[in-house]
Amino acid sequence: MSKPFVFEKPAGMRDTLPAFYQKNEDIKNTIKKEMESWGYQFIQTPTLEYHETVGEASAILDQQLFKLLDMEGKTLVLRPDMTAPIARVVSSSMKNVAYPLRLAYSSPVFRAQQREGGRPAEFEQVGIELIGEGTSSAEAEALALMTEVIKKSGVQSFTVAVGHIGFVQELLADILGNDNRAAELLRYLNEKNYVGYTSHVKELPLSSIDTQRLLKLLDLRGGIEVLDEASRLAPNTKGQQALEELKTLYKLLQDYDAAQNIVFDFTLFSHMSYYTGIVFEGYAAGIGAPIASGGRYDDLLSRFDRKAPAIGFAIRMDYFIEALGSKNDSTKKDCILFTPERRKEALQLAKSKRAEGGNVVMQDLSGVRNVDEFSKRFDEIHYLIGSQQGEDL
Amino acid sequence: MNTVLTMAMPKGRIFEEAVDLLRQAGYPLPPEFEESRKLIIDAPEAGLRFILAKPMDVPTYVEHGVADIGIAGKDVMLEEERDVYEVLDLKISACYLAVAGLPGGNYQKVAPKIASKYPNVASHYFREQGQQVEVIKLNGSIELAPLIGLADRIVDIVSTGRTLKENGLVELEKIADITSRLIVNPASYRLHAMRINELVERMRKLVENKGDVQ
Repeated sequence: MSKPFVFEKPAGMRDTLPAFYQKNEDIKNTIKKEMESWGYQFIQTPTLEYHETVGEASAILDQQLFKLLDMEGKTLVLRPDMTAPIARVVSSSMKNVAYPLRLAYSSPVFRAQQREGGRPAEFEQVGIELIGEGTSSAEAEALALMTEVIKKSGVQSFTVAVGHIGFVQELLADILGNDNRAAELLRYLNEKNYVGYTSHVKELPLSSIDTQRLLKLLDLRGGIEVLDEASRLAPNTKGQQALEELKTLYKLLQDYDAAQNIVFDFTLFSHMSYYTGIVFEGYAAGIGAPIASGGRYDDLLSRFDRKAPAIGFAIRMDYFIEALGSKNDSTKKDCILFTPERRKEALQLAKSKRAEGGNVVMQDLSGVRNVDEFSKRFDEIHYLIGSQQGEDL
Repeated sequence: MNTVLTMAMPKGRIFEEAVDLLRQAGYPLPPEFEESRKLIIDAPEAGLRFILAKPMDVPTYVEHGVADIGIAGKDVMLEEERDVYEVLDLKISACYLAVAGLPGGNYQKVAPKIASKYPNVASHYFREQGQQVEVIKLNGSIELAPLIGLADRIVDIVSTGRTLKENGLVELEKIADITSRLIVNPASYRLHAMRINELVERMRKLVENKGDVQ
């Protein structure tokens, strides 16, 4: 390994320069304000956690975790997601606060990229967790809030796909029983390998009806009518229950006026293995990966000894901002170029402009070498130069 | 309905068969398609835009979402393990991945060396067989490696077996059957569901009918 050059950063690490930083902050504030207005309270958790607790509870692949050792030789991880740390907080520091809890976060998370560039290893997530609430109302709230956040931020065209892990598991179990055969098919679905799934299903010794039921699963994508199609696959009672939940959810979302962008998709699987019920992902035109994703995770909290149903979602800020395209920064930037004898006058002008909400740079003229180049950065320049009082050049 | 889908096509071996298949499925492709040296070709009547890539790179374009769909060999899919949907077996460009070596070679060495264009596939396969091997990545003419002692065995695709035979190599084990697959970016799969479903269905009908005839 050669010594890094001074301009190099570790793989997947990125700088945020002023223009992007500002944009990121503005959008993040819009999102945070919306979440706060729905009663979610923001919390912060440490960047480092123990591998044995949060690291293992998180659903991120082990090889994607940044690991290091503390002074006692214990393995630490840079937090790869926020859901597991929040589950830890809820079961420890907030153990005595009664459910349901509405918490939110805005934090960078870390996932090592081994293959290649083009994907950041550190990125920001803004999200919510609604913990200790198992009703359809909670699911509708999470989805409606996610939709509202996407809309309010100005993403023009987007789709939210909603699936249900429970339904798929129940359907497979109903046909194949709870054995390895179902696990094998789930693996194909997880790998998004429909060719493998299809040929495997055709090889199984099943009645032609059951074969068709399994194959039809791949077509369960589309509007609300998909729920009826799913129902025709005659899933077991638990599967029917999942469909009823989704129907209720759709009605509730209509009440929220948040159903227009929803599609149902039973082929939706998440990388996050802790999801147990509904899962959802938001996509924006032109972006090749989800800008937001979430789901129900009813088993995660029990890992931290405070069993509770829970649901949450996270916005992926880097993709989200890409989806918004370029928006011009509307804040006016002023600059006062002054010479020392008129400093007081300049200070006063700056004070009054700042009070009006403007961004004002005060710059001593003798400190700038190339005034023309420097001036280009500002919308307006005020010259307070020379001994003559009150004259702008 | 008016969205143009971007499709990543593999240059070389699979290309012509893939173009044929698309034409048969009713997508009007420009006549200069095969001869062109352009890397991006628009086919507005078909509502498609094609990008012409190295076969090994097709899943990369699709995973990153710069192409909505693509055609890639299963060999490439196994090697690259990209996060894309593999929706349809196009049943074209059939071949298989196999282990080959010199006849009567000594394969019980302490540190067996395997040369391949598919280092991931090779190391996966031998791990599953309970063998520890050292994989050497080559970019072509893999058959050379055992002949001049760079490696003991090779992992490569075999279609007729002629190249192996002419170089005095024998096939030792078959790893997997390979055909070309239609692959889809996960976000596009939902954003452009209608258009992509239509394309997949048209291709599926074609492929299934062909299967019946044969």
